Amino acid sequence: MKLFNYGLITLATLLSPAVLSSEINSGDTAWILTATALVLFMTLPGLALFYGGLVRSQNVLSVLMQCFAICCIVSVVWVVYGYSLAFTGNGSIIGGTDALFLSSLTRDSASGTLPESLFVVFQMTFAIITPALVVGAFAERMKFSAMCIFTVLWVTLVYLPACHMVWGGGYLSSIGVIDFAGGLVVHATCGVGALVAAMMLGPRKGFPGGSLVPHNRPMVVMGAAMLWVGWFGFNGGSAVAADSSAGMAILVTHIGAAVGALTWMTVEWVKTGKPTVVGIATGMVAGLATITPASGTVGPQGALLIGFLAGLICFYATQMIKGFFKIDDSLDVFPVHGVGGILGILTLAFIGKPDGFLGAGAAGFDPSVFDQFMIQLQGVIVICLWTLVFSWVALKVTSLITDIRVSNESEHEGLDLTEHNESGYSSG
Amino acid sequence: MKLISAIIKPFKLEEVRQALIDFGVEGLTISEVKGFGRQKGHTELYRGAEYTIDTLPKIKIEILTDDNDVPSIVDVISSSANTAKIGDGKIFITNVDEVIRIRTGETGSDAI
Repeated sequence: MKLFNYGLITLATLLSPAVLSSEINSGDTAWILTATALVLFMTLPGLALFYGGLVRSQNVLSVLMQCFAICCIVSVVWVVYGYSLAFTGNGSIIGGTDALFLSSLTRDSASGTLPESLFVVFQMTFAIITPALVVGAFAERMKFSAMCIFTVLWVTLVYLPACHMVWGGGYLSSIGVIDFAGGLVVHATCGVGALVAAMMLGPRKGFPGGSLVPHNRPMVVMGAAMLWVGWFGFNGGSAVAADSSAGMAILVTHIGAAVGALTWMTVEWVKTGKPTVVGIATGMVAGLATITPASGTVGPQGALLIGFLAGLICFYATQMIKGFFKIDDSLDVFPVHGVGGILGILTLAFIGKPDGFLGAGAAGFDPSVFDQFMIQLQGVIVICLWTLVFSWVALKVTSLITDIRVSNESEHEGLDLTEHNESGYSSG
Repeated sequence: MKLISAIIKPFKLEEVRQALIDFGVEGLTISEVKGFGRQKGHTELYRGAEYTIDTLPKIKIEILTDDNDVPSIVDVISSSANTAKIGDGKIFITNVDEVIRIRTGETGSDAI
Protein backbone atom coordinates (compact mmCIF):
# COMPACT_ATOMS: atom_id res chain seq x y z
CA MET A 1 0.00 0.00 0.00
CA LYS A 2 1.42 3.29 -1.06
CA LEU A 3 1.00 5.60 1.89
CA PHE A 4 -1.21 8.57 1.45
CA ASN A 5 1.24 11.32 1.86
CA TYR A 6 -0.91 14.39 1.53
CA GLY A 7 2.09 16.68 1.25
CA LEU A 8 3.30 14.84 -1.83
CA ILE A 9 -0.11 14.71 -3.39
CA THR A 10 -0.52 18.45 -2.99
CA LEU A 11 2.86 19.02 -4.57
CA ALA A 12 1.96 16.78 -7.50
CA THR A 13 -1.28 18.64 -7.94
CA LEU A 14 0.54 21.97 -8.17
CA LEU A 15 3.14 20.73 -10.61
CA SER A 16 1.06 18.73 -13.04
CA PRO A 17 -1.35 20.50 -15.39
CA ALA A 18 -3.10 17.20 -16.12
CA VAL A 19 -3.92 16.76 -12.48
CA LEU A 20 -4.75 20.43 -12.04
CA SER A 21 -7.87 20.19 -14.14
CA SER A 22 -9.28 17.38 -12.06
CA GLU A 23 -8.05 15.88 -8.83
CA ILE A 24 -9.56 12.51 -9.69
CA ASN A 25 -7.69 10.52 -12.33
CA SER A 26 -9.91 8.38 -14.51
CA GLY A 27 -7.16 5.85 -15.32
CA ASP A 28 -6.38 5.25 -11.65
CA THR A 29 -10.08 5.11 -10.87
CA ALA A 30 -10.78 2.57 -13.60
CA TRP A 31 -8.03 0.26 -12.41
CA ILE A 32 -9.01 0.41 -8.74
CA LEU A 33 -12.67 -0.22 -9.66
CA THR A 34 -11.43 -3.42 -11.31
CA ALA A 35 -9.00 -4.29 -8.53
CA THR A 36 -11.76 -3.94 -5.93
CA ALA A 37 -13.83 -6.56 -7.70
CA LEU A 38 -10.77 -8.83 -7.95
CA VAL A 39 -10.04 -8.61 -4.22
CA LEU A 40 -13.65 -9.39 -3.29
CA PHE A 41 -13.45 -12.30 -5.73
CA MET A 42 -10.56 -13.66 -3.64
CA THR A 43 -12.84 -14.14 -0.61
CA LEU A 44 -16.05 -15.02 -2.44
CA PRO A 45 -15.78 -17.45 -4.04
CA GLY A 46 -11.98 -18.00 -4.08
CA LEU A 47 -11.03 -18.49 -0.44
CA ALA A 48 -14.44 -19.97 0.43
CA LEU A 49 -13.99 -22.74 -2.18
CA PHE A 50 -10.33 -23.27 -1.26
CA TYR A 51 -11.25 -23.80 2.39
CA GLY A 52 -14.51 -25.61 1.54
CA GLY A 53 -12.63 -28.28 -0.37
CA LEU A 54 -10.04 -28.72 2.38
CA VAL A 55 -12.54 -29.69 5.10
CA ARG A 56 -14.55 -32.91 5.40
CA SER A 57 -17.82 -33.24 3.51
CA GLN A 58 -20.03 -32.78 6.59
CA ASN A 59 -18.53 -29.31 7.15
CA VAL A 60 -18.31 -27.90 3.63
CA LEU A 61 -21.31 -25.59 4.00
CA SER A 62 -20.21 -24.34 7.41
CA VAL A 63 -16.96 -23.03 5.94
CA LEU A 64 -18.66 -21.43 2.91
CA MET A 65 -21.18 -19.91 5.33
CA GLN A 66 -18.47 -18.51 7.60
CA CYS A 67 -16.69 -16.81 4.69
CA PHE A 68 -19.97 -15.44 3.35
CA ALA A 69 -21.13 -14.15 6.74
CA ILE A 70 -17.75 -12.56 7.47
CA CYS A 71 -17.99 -10.69 4.16
CA CYS A 72 -21.35 -9.25 5.21
CA ILE A 73 -20.44 -8.53 8.85
CA VAL A 74 -17.16 -6.78 8.07
CA SER A 75 -18.81 -4.69 5.35
CA VAL A 76 -21.21 -3.25 7.93
CA VAL A 77 -18.45 -2.76 10.52
CA TRP A 78 -16.37 -0.96 7.88
CA VAL A 79 -19.17 1.49 7.07
CA VAL A 80 -20.18 2.11 10.70
CA TYR A 81 -16.74 2.72 12.22
CA GLY A 82 -14.06 0.60 10.52
CA TYR A 83 -12.99 2.98 7.77
CA SER A 84 -13.00 5.89 10.17
CA LEU A 85 -10.81 4.19 12.77
CA ALA A 86 -8.42 2.84 10.13
CA PHE A 87 -7.98 5.73 7.72
CA THR A 88 -8.92 9.03 9.34
CA GLY A 89 -7.31 10.91 12.24
CA ASN A 90 -3.71 11.18 13.38
CA GLY A 91 -3.51 8.71 16.25
CA SER A 92 -0.41 6.56 16.40
CA ILE A 93 -2.38 3.36 17.05
CA ILE A 94 -5.95 4.02 16.04
CA GLY A 95 -7.55 6.63 13.80
CA GLY A 96 -10.34 9.09 14.42
CA THR A 97 -14.12 9.24 14.49
CA ASP A 98 -14.61 11.82 11.72
CA ALA A 99 -16.02 9.33 9.25
CA LEU A 100 -18.34 7.26 11.46
CA PHE A 101 -21.17 5.94 9.28
CA LEU A 102 -19.15 7.50 6.43
CA SER A 103 -20.90 10.75 7.32
CA SER A 104 -18.04 12.88 5.98
CA LEU A 105 -18.09 11.14 2.59
CA THR A 106 -19.61 13.10 -0.30
CA ARG A 107 -20.00 12.15 -3.95
CA ASP A 108 -17.05 14.40 -4.79
CA SER A 109 -14.65 13.61 -1.95
CA ALA A 110 -11.30 12.44 -3.20
CA SER A 111 -8.63 10.27 -1.70
CA GLY A 112 -5.45 10.84 -3.64
CA THR A 113 -6.43 10.53 -7.29
CA LEU A 114 -9.44 8.30 -6.52
CA PRO A 115 -12.99 9.04 -5.51
CA GLU A 116 -13.00 8.46 -1.74
CA SER A 117 -16.00 6.15 -2.11
CA LEU A 118 -13.83 3.85 -4.21
CA PHE A 119 -10.97 3.96 -1.72
CA VAL A 120 -13.47 3.04 1.04
CA VAL A 121 -14.75 -0.04 -0.78
CA PHE A 122 -11.30 -1.09 -2.06
CA GLN A 123 -9.95 -1.10 1.50
CA MET A 124 -13.14 -2.81 2.69
CA THR A 125 -12.31 -5.87 0.61
CA PHE A 126 -8.97 -6.20 2.46
CA ALA A 127 -10.75 -5.95 5.82
CA ILE A 128 -13.09 -8.73 4.63
CA ILE A 129 -10.49 -11.25 3.54
CA THR A 130 -8.33 -10.98 6.66
CA PRO A 131 -10.80 -12.46 9.21
CA ALA A 132 -12.00 -14.85 6.48
CA LEU A 133 -8.47 -16.26 6.32
CA VAL A 134 -8.64 -16.99 10.07
CA VAL A 135 -11.59 -19.35 9.38
CA GLY A 136 -9.00 -21.95 8.35
CA ALA A 137 -7.75 -22.19 11.94
CA PHE A 138 -11.06 -22.92 13.64
CA ALA A 139 -12.78 -24.78 10.78
CA GLU A 140 -14.93 -27.82 11.56
CA ARG A 141 -15.49 -26.99 15.25
CA MET A 142 -16.37 -23.35 15.99
CA LYS A 143 -19.94 -22.42 16.81
CA PHE A 144 -21.41 -20.10 14.18
CA SER A 145 -22.83 -17.58 16.67
CA ALA A 146 -19.47 -17.37 18.43
CA MET A 147 -17.74 -16.89 15.08
CA CYS A 148 -19.97 -13.89 14.29
CA ILE A 149 -19.16 -12.20 17.61
CA PHE A 150 -15.46 -13.06 17.32
CA THR A 151 -15.31 -11.56 13.83
CA VAL A 152 -16.63 -8.18 15.00
CA LEU A 153 -14.28 -8.13 17.99
CA TRP A 154 -11.23 -9.33 16.07
CA VAL A 155 -11.64 -6.84 13.24
CA THR A 156 -12.12 -4.06 15.79
CA LEU A 157 -9.29 -4.99 18.14
CA VAL A 158 -6.73 -6.38 15.69
CA TYR A 159 -7.35 -5.42 12.05
CA LEU A 160 -8.33 -1.77 12.48
CA PRO A 161 -5.35 -0.82 14.69
CA ALA A 162 -2.94 -2.82 12.51
CA CYS A 163 -4.32 -1.18 9.38
CA HIS A 164 -4.08 2.28 10.92
CA MET A 165 -0.57 1.71 12.28
CA VAL A 166 0.79 0.54 8.91
CA TRP A 167 -1.37 2.19 6.25
CA GLY A 168 -3.44 4.86 7.98
CA GLY A 169 -0.59 7.14 9.03
CA GLY A 170 -0.01 5.56 12.45
CA TYR A 171 3.10 4.56 14.35
CA LEU A 172 4.58 1.97 11.99
CA SER A 173 4.15 4.07 8.88
CA SER A 174 5.83 6.99 10.63
CA ILE A 175 8.96 4.92 11.32
CA GLY A 176 9.04 3.79 7.67
CA VAL A 177 7.84 0.19 7.71
CA ILE A 178 7.28 -1.02 4.13
CA ASP A 179 4.20 -3.23 3.73
CA PHE A 180 2.95 -2.68 0.21
CA ALA A 181 -0.16 -4.87 0.15
CA GLY A 182 -0.50 -6.44 3.56
CA GLY A 183 2.25 -8.78 4.73
CA LEU A 184 1.73 -7.37 8.21
CA VAL A 185 -1.78 -5.90 8.01
CA VAL A 186 -3.37 -8.95 6.38
CA HIS A 187 -1.11 -12.01 6.54
CA ALA A 188 0.74 -11.62 9.84
CA THR A 189 -2.48 -10.65 11.65
CA CYS A 190 -4.52 -13.52 10.22
CA GLY A 191 -1.66 -15.96 10.80
CA VAL A 192 -1.02 -15.08 14.43
CA GLY A 193 -4.77 -14.75 15.07
CA ALA A 194 -5.18 -18.23 13.59
CA LEU A 195 -2.55 -19.67 15.91
CA VAL A 196 -4.25 -18.15 18.95
CA ALA A 197 -7.69 -19.36 17.83
CA ALA A 198 -6.45 -22.90 17.11
CA MET A 199 -4.83 -23.16 20.53
CA MET A 200 -7.79 -21.70 22.44
CA LEU A 201 -10.37 -23.88 20.68
CA GLY A 202 -8.27 -27.01 20.91
CA PRO A 203 -7.79 -29.59 18.20
CA ARG A 204 -10.55 -31.29 16.21
CA LYS A 205 -11.64 -34.72 17.41
CA GLY A 206 -9.36 -37.20 15.71
CA PHE A 207 -6.33 -34.84 15.55
CA PRO A 208 -3.65 -35.79 14.83
CA GLY A 209 -4.81 -38.54 12.51
CA GLY A 210 -5.35 -39.58 8.96
CA SER A 211 -9.11 -39.09 8.88
CA LEU A 212 -9.02 -35.26 8.81
CA VAL A 213 -8.35 -34.90 5.10
CA PRO A 214 -9.76 -32.73 2.27
CA HIS A 215 -13.08 -33.99 0.92
CA ASN A 216 -12.95 -32.26 -2.47
CA ARG A 217 -9.56 -31.54 -3.98
CA PRO A 218 -10.90 -30.21 -7.30
CA MET A 219 -12.72 -27.56 -5.23
CA VAL A 220 -9.40 -26.69 -3.53
CA VAL A 221 -7.73 -26.19 -6.91
CA MET A 222 -10.58 -24.05 -8.24
CA GLY A 223 -10.46 -21.84 -5.14
CA ALA A 224 -6.68 -21.54 -5.28
CA ALA A 225 -6.75 -20.58 -8.96
CA MET A 226 -9.29 -17.85 -8.21
CA LEU A 227 -7.02 -16.57 -5.42
CA TRP A 228 -4.13 -16.31 -7.89
CA VAL A 229 -6.20 -14.20 -10.30
CA GLY A 230 -7.70 -12.10 -7.52
CA TRP A 231 -4.26 -11.41 -6.08
CA PHE A 232 -3.45 -9.27 -9.14
CA GLY A 233 -6.03 -6.83 -7.79
CA PHE A 234 -4.77 -7.25 -4.23
CA ASN A 235 -1.15 -6.37 -4.98
CA GLY A 236 -1.55 -4.47 -8.25
CA GLY A 237 -4.36 -2.41 -6.72
CA SER A 238 -2.23 -1.55 -3.71
CA ALA A 239 -0.33 0.92 -5.87
CA VAL A 240 -3.64 2.85 -5.67
CA ALA A 241 -2.86 4.03 -9.16
CA ALA A 242 -2.69 2.68 -12.69
CA ASP A 243 1.03 3.23 -13.00
CA SER A 244 4.41 1.55 -13.33
CA SER A 245 4.31 0.48 -9.71
CA ALA A 246 1.05 -1.44 -10.34
CA GLY A 247 2.53 -3.10 -13.42
CA MET A 248 5.66 -4.22 -11.60
CA ALA A 249 3.55 -5.37 -8.64
CA ILE A 250 1.53 -7.71 -10.85
CA LEU A 251 4.65 -9.07 -12.54
CA VAL A 252 6.43 -9.89 -9.28
CA THR A 253 3.21 -11.24 -7.77
CA HIS A 254 2.88 -13.69 -10.60
CA ILE A 255 6.51 -14.76 -10.30
CA GLY A 256 6.14 -15.25 -6.54
CA ALA A 257 3.08 -17.47 -7.03
CA ALA A 258 4.64 -19.61 -9.75
CA VAL A 259 7.97 -20.14 -8.00
CA GLY A 260 6.33 -20.72 -4.61
CA ALA A 261 4.12 -23.40 -6.15
CA LEU A 262 7.01 -25.08 -7.98
CA THR A 263 9.25 -25.06 -4.92
CA TRP A 264 6.59 -26.55 -2.62
CA MET A 265 5.79 -29.17 -5.26
CA THR A 266 9.46 -30.10 -5.63
CA VAL A 267 10.19 -30.30 -1.91
CA GLU A 268 7.14 -32.52 -1.46
CA TRP A 269 8.13 -34.63 -4.47
CA VAL A 270 11.63 -35.21 -3.08
CA LYS A 271 10.38 -35.85 0.46
CA THR A 272 7.36 -38.07 -0.23
CA GLY A 273 7.96 -39.38 -3.72
CA LYS A 274 4.95 -37.68 -5.35
CA PRO A 275 4.05 -34.11 -6.35
CA THR A 276 0.49 -33.44 -5.12
CA VAL A 277 -2.14 -31.06 -6.41
CA VAL A 278 -3.00 -29.76 -2.92
CA GLY A 279 0.74 -29.21 -2.46
CA ILE A 280 1.24 -27.15 -5.59
CA ALA A 281 -1.86 -25.07 -4.76
CA THR A 282 -0.70 -24.46 -1.19
CA GLY A 283 2.76 -23.45 -2.38
CA MET A 284 1.12 -20.95 -4.71
CA VAL A 285 -0.73 -19.36 -1.78
CA ALA A 286 2.50 -19.26 0.24
CA GLY A 287 4.31 -17.57 -2.65
CA LEU A 288 1.54 -14.99 -2.99
CA ALA A 289 1.39 -14.24 0.74
CA THR A 290 5.16 -13.79 0.84
CA ILE A 291 5.44 -11.52 -2.20
CA THR A 292 2.52 -9.38 -0.96
CA PRO A 293 4.43 -6.94 1.31
CA ALA A 294 7.36 -6.84 -1.11
CA SER A 295 5.42 -6.43 -4.35
CA GLY A 296 5.89 -2.64 -4.41
CA THR A 297 9.59 -2.81 -3.63
CA VAL A 298 11.31 -5.76 -5.28
CA GLY A 299 11.96 -6.52 -8.95
CA PRO A 300 11.55 -9.74 -10.92
CA GLN A 301 14.84 -11.29 -9.73
CA GLY A 302 13.94 -10.57 -6.12
CA ALA A 303 10.55 -12.18 -6.75
CA LEU A 304 12.25 -15.40 -7.88
CA LEU A 305 14.08 -15.55 -4.56
CA ILE A 306 10.96 -14.69 -2.56
CA GLY A 307 8.93 -17.39 -4.28
CA PHE A 308 11.66 -19.94 -3.62
CA LEU A 309 11.99 -19.03 0.06
CA ALA A 310 8.19 -19.08 0.44
CA GLY A 311 7.81 -22.58 -0.98
CA LEU A 312 10.68 -23.94 1.07
CA ILE A 313 10.14 -22.28 4.45
CA CYS A 314 6.33 -22.40 4.48
CA PHE A 315 6.43 -26.11 3.60
CA TYR A 316 8.59 -26.92 6.61
CA ALA A 317 6.64 -24.51 8.83
CA THR A 318 3.47 -26.43 7.94
CA GLN A 319 5.06 -29.74 8.96
CA MET A 320 6.31 -28.17 12.21
CA ILE A 321 3.06 -26.63 13.43
CA LYS A 322 0.99 -29.78 13.14
CA GLY A 323 3.72 -32.41 13.47
CA PHE A 324 6.05 -30.96 16.10
CA PHE A 325 3.96 -28.44 18.02
CA LYS A 326 0.76 -30.49 17.61
CA ILE A 327 -1.34 -27.36 17.06
CA ASP A 328 -4.45 -28.01 14.97
CA ASP A 329 -4.32 -24.85 12.87
CA SER A 330 -6.62 -26.91 10.68
CA LEU A 331 -6.02 -25.44 7.23
CA ASP A 332 -2.47 -24.18 7.97
CA VAL A 333 -3.19 -20.45 8.13
CA PHE A 334 -0.17 -19.55 10.28
CA PRO A 335 2.54 -21.49 8.44
CA VAL A 336 1.31 -20.37 5.00
CA HIS A 337 0.05 -16.81 5.58
CA GLY A 338 1.69 -15.77 8.86
CA VAL A 339 5.12 -17.17 8.10
CA GLY A 340 4.82 -16.09 4.45
CA GLY A 341 3.81 -12.50 5.26
CA ILE A 342 6.57 -12.09 7.84
CA LEU A 343 9.14 -13.68 5.52
CA GLY A 344 8.23 -11.22 2.77
CA ILE A 345 8.37 -8.24 5.13
CA LEU A 346 11.89 -9.15 6.28
CA THR A 347 13.31 -10.33 2.95
CA LEU A 348 12.34 -7.19 1.04
CA ALA A 349 14.99 -5.22 2.93
CA PHE A 350 17.76 -7.30 1.33
CA ILE A 351 16.53 -7.26 -2.27
CA GLY A 352 14.71 -3.94 -2.51
CA LYS A 353 17.60 -1.68 -3.58
CA PRO A 354 17.85 -1.13 -7.37
CA ASP A 355 21.66 -1.19 -7.22
CA GLY A 356 21.82 -4.00 -4.66
CA PHE A 357 21.46 -7.79 -4.54
CA LEU A 358 18.91 -9.05 -7.13
CA GLY A 359 17.84 -5.43 -7.43
CA ALA A 360 16.93 -5.05 -11.12
CA GLY A 361 13.56 -3.34 -11.30
CA ALA A 362 13.41 -2.72 -7.54
CA ALA A 363 11.90 0.51 -6.21
CA GLY A 364 14.38 1.07 -3.39
CA PHE A 365 14.19 2.90 -0.07
CA ASP A 366 16.25 5.60 1.63
CA PRO A 367 17.66 3.83 4.73
CA SER A 368 20.51 1.36 4.44
CA VAL A 369 19.67 -2.33 4.01
CA PHE A 370 20.45 -3.00 7.67
CA ASP A 371 18.46 -0.01 8.94
CA GLN A 372 15.48 -0.95 6.80
CA PHE A 373 15.71 -4.53 8.04
CA MET A 374 15.60 -3.32 11.65
CA ILE A 375 12.58 -1.14 10.82
CA GLN A 376 10.85 -4.12 9.20
CA LEU A 377 11.69 -6.29 12.20
CA GLN A 378 10.18 -3.72 14.51
CA GLY A 379 7.00 -3.82 12.43
CA VAL A 380 6.86 -7.61 12.71
CA ILE A 381 7.35 -7.57 16.47
CA VAL A 382 4.75 -4.86 17.09
CA ILE A 383 2.09 -6.42 14.84
CA CYS A 384 2.64 -9.98 16.07
CA LEU A 385 2.57 -9.06 19.75
CA TRP A 386 -0.46 -6.82 19.26
CA THR A 387 -2.29 -9.57 17.38
CA LEU A 388 -1.33 -12.23 19.91
CA VAL A 389 -2.74 -10.26 22.83
CA PHE A 390 -5.87 -8.91 21.20
CA SER A 391 -6.83 -12.13 19.41
CA TRP A 392 -6.76 -13.74 22.85
CA VAL A 393 -8.90 -10.92 24.25
CA ALA A 394 -11.38 -11.23 21.38
CA LEU A 395 -11.83 -14.98 21.88
CA LYS A 396 -11.93 -14.68 25.67
CA VAL A 397 -14.69 -12.09 25.51
CA THR A 398 -16.56 -14.23 22.98
CA SER A 399 -16.31 -17.24 25.30
CA LEU A 400 -17.88 -15.20 28.12
CA ILE A 401 -20.90 -14.55 25.89
CA THR A 402 -21.37 -18.02 24.42
CA ASP A 403 -19.62 -21.37 24.00
CA ILE A 404 -16.99 -21.00 21.28
CA ARG A 405 -16.95 -24.67 20.36
CA VAL A 406 -19.79 -26.93 19.22
CA SER A 407 -20.71 -30.04 21.26
CA ASN A 408 -18.82 -33.29 20.64
CA GLU A 409 -21.91 -34.79 19.10
CA SER A 410 -22.34 -31.87 16.74
CA GLU A 411 -18.69 -32.05 15.75
CA HIS A 412 -19.10 -35.74 14.94
CA GLU A 413 -22.25 -35.25 12.93
CA GLY A 414 -20.85 -32.23 11.11
CA LEU A 415 -21.54 -28.50 11.37
CA ASP A 416 -23.59 -28.37 8.16
CA LEU A 417 -26.50 -30.24 9.71
CA THR A 418 -26.13 -29.27 13.36
CA GLU A 419 -25.38 -25.55 12.89
CA HIS A 420 -27.27 -24.82 9.68
CA ASN A 421 -29.80 -27.62 9.15
CA GLU A 422 -28.55 -28.15 5.61
CA SER A 423 -26.30 -30.67 3.98
CA GLY A 424 -23.73 -29.96 1.29
CA TYR A 425 -24.35 -33.13 -0.62
CA SER A 426 -27.94 -34.35 -0.83
CA SER A 427 -28.58 -37.70 0.78
CA GLY A 428 -31.79 -38.23 -1.16
CA MET B 1 -18.82 -69.98 8.24
CA LYS B 2 -20.83 -66.85 8.87
CA LEU B 3 -21.17 -63.44 7.30
CA ILE B 4 -21.50 -60.69 9.87
CA SER B 5 -23.06 -57.50 8.48
CA ALA B 6 -23.10 -54.47 10.73
CA ILE B 7 -24.88 -51.18 9.99
CA ILE B 8 -23.20 -48.41 11.98
CA LYS B 9 -23.04 -44.62 12.27
CA PRO B 10 -20.56 -43.26 9.71
CA PHE B 11 -18.41 -41.38 12.21
CA LYS B 12 -17.87 -44.62 14.18
CA LEU B 13 -16.20 -46.34 11.23
CA GLU B 14 -12.61 -45.53 12.24
CA GLU B 15 -13.14 -46.77 15.79
CA VAL B 16 -14.87 -49.98 14.73
CA ARG B 17 -12.30 -50.71 12.03
CA GLN B 18 -9.43 -50.23 14.49
CA ALA B 19 -11.12 -52.43 17.12
CA LEU B 20 -11.66 -55.20 14.56
CA ILE B 21 -8.05 -55.04 13.39
CA ASP B 22 -6.85 -55.13 17.00
CA PHE B 23 -9.00 -58.23 17.53
CA GLY B 24 -7.33 -59.91 14.55
CA VAL B 25 -9.80 -59.62 11.71
CA GLU B 26 -7.83 -59.79 8.47
CA GLY B 27 -10.27 -58.34 6.00
CA LEU B 28 -13.61 -56.62 5.71
CA THR B 29 -15.84 -54.92 3.16
CA ILE B 30 -17.25 -51.43 3.73
CA SER B 31 -20.11 -49.80 1.83
CA GLU B 32 -21.91 -46.48 2.15
CA VAL B 33 -25.60 -47.21 2.51
CA LYS B 34 -28.81 -45.31 3.22
CA GLY B 35 -31.85 -46.34 5.19
CA PHE B 36 -33.95 -45.76 8.27
CA GLY B 37 -34.91 -47.49 11.47
CA ARG B 38 -36.39 -46.12 14.67
CA GLN B 39 -34.23 -43.02 14.33
CA LYS B 40 -36.15 -42.15 11.14
CA GLY B 41 -34.64 -39.34 9.05
CA HIS B 42 -33.96 -35.73 9.90
CA THR B 43 -35.23 -32.30 8.83
CA GLU B 44 -33.41 -29.76 6.73
CA LEU B 45 -34.21 -26.18 5.67
CA TYR B 46 -34.66 -24.66 2.23
CA ARG B 47 -35.39 -20.91 2.10
CA GLY B 48 -37.34 -20.95 5.34
CA ALA B 49 -39.25 -24.14 4.61
CA GLU B 50 -38.54 -27.29 6.56
CA TYR B 51 -38.45 -30.61 4.74
CA THR B 52 -37.76 -34.17 5.79
CA ILE B 53 -34.96 -36.39 4.63
CA ASP B 54 -36.40 -39.88 5.10
CA THR B 55 -33.20 -41.84 4.96
CA LEU B 56 -29.95 -41.39 6.79
CA PRO B 57 -26.46 -42.22 5.57
CA LYS B 58 -24.96 -45.24 7.34
CA ILE B 59 -21.97 -47.51 6.86
CA LYS B 60 -22.27 -51.26 6.31
CA ILE B 61 -19.36 -53.45 7.35
CA GLU B 62 -19.23 -57.08 6.23
CA ILE B 63 -16.92 -59.66 7.78
CA LEU B 64 -16.55 -63.29 6.83
CA THR B 65 -15.57 -65.52 9.77
CA ASP B 66 -15.44 -68.98 11.29
CA ASP B 67 -18.40 -69.85 13.49
CA ASN B 68 -16.42 -69.83 16.76
CA ASP B 69 -15.25 -66.20 16.29
CA VAL B 70 -18.77 -64.87 15.82
CA PRO B 71 -19.59 -63.98 19.48
CA SER B 72 -16.28 -62.14 19.98
CA ILE B 73 -16.59 -60.16 16.75
CA VAL B 74 -20.14 -59.20 17.64
CA ASP B 75 -18.87 -58.03 21.02
CA VAL B 76 -16.10 -55.96 19.44
CA ILE B 77 -18.54 -54.25 17.05
CA SER B 78 -21.22 -53.70 19.69
CA SER B 79 -18.86 -52.02 22.09
CA SER B 80 -16.94 -49.91 19.59
CA ALA B 81 -20.00 -48.71 17.65
CA ASN B 82 -22.05 -47.92 20.72
CA THR B 83 -23.01 -44.32 21.54
CA ALA B 84 -26.04 -45.38 23.61
CA LYS B 85 -28.18 -43.16 21.38
CA ILE B 86 -30.87 -44.04 18.92
CA GLY B 87 -29.47 -44.79 15.46
CA ASP B 88 -26.43 -46.85 16.52
CA GLY B 89 -27.40 -49.53 13.99
CA LYS B 90 -27.76 -53.32 13.89
CA ILE B 91 -25.73 -56.47 13.36
CA PHE B 92 -27.01 -59.31 11.12
CA ILE B 93 -25.48 -62.79 11.06
CA THR B 94 -26.07 -65.10 8.09
CA ASN B 95 -24.86 -68.57 7.13
CA VAL B 96 -22.39 -68.85 4.27
CA ASP B 97 -22.43 -72.00 2.11
CA GLU B 98 -19.00 -71.66 0.59
CA VAL B 99 -16.05 -69.25 0.28
CA ILE B 100 -13.54 -69.40 -2.57
CA ARG B 101 -10.30 -67.41 -2.81
CA ILE B 102 -10.09 -66.47 -6.47
CA ARG B 103 -6.30 -66.41 -6.80
CA THR B 104 -5.57 -69.86 -5.33
CA GLY B 105 -8.90 -71.64 -5.53
CA GLU B 106 -8.78 -72.38 -1.78
CA THR B 107 -12.20 -73.00 -0.23
CA GLY B 108 -13.84 -72.97 3.21
CA SER B 109 -11.92 -71.77 6.28
CA ASP B 110 -8.66 -71.64 4.28
CA ALA B 111 -10.15 -68.94 2.07
CA ILE B 112 -11.16 -66.62 4.92
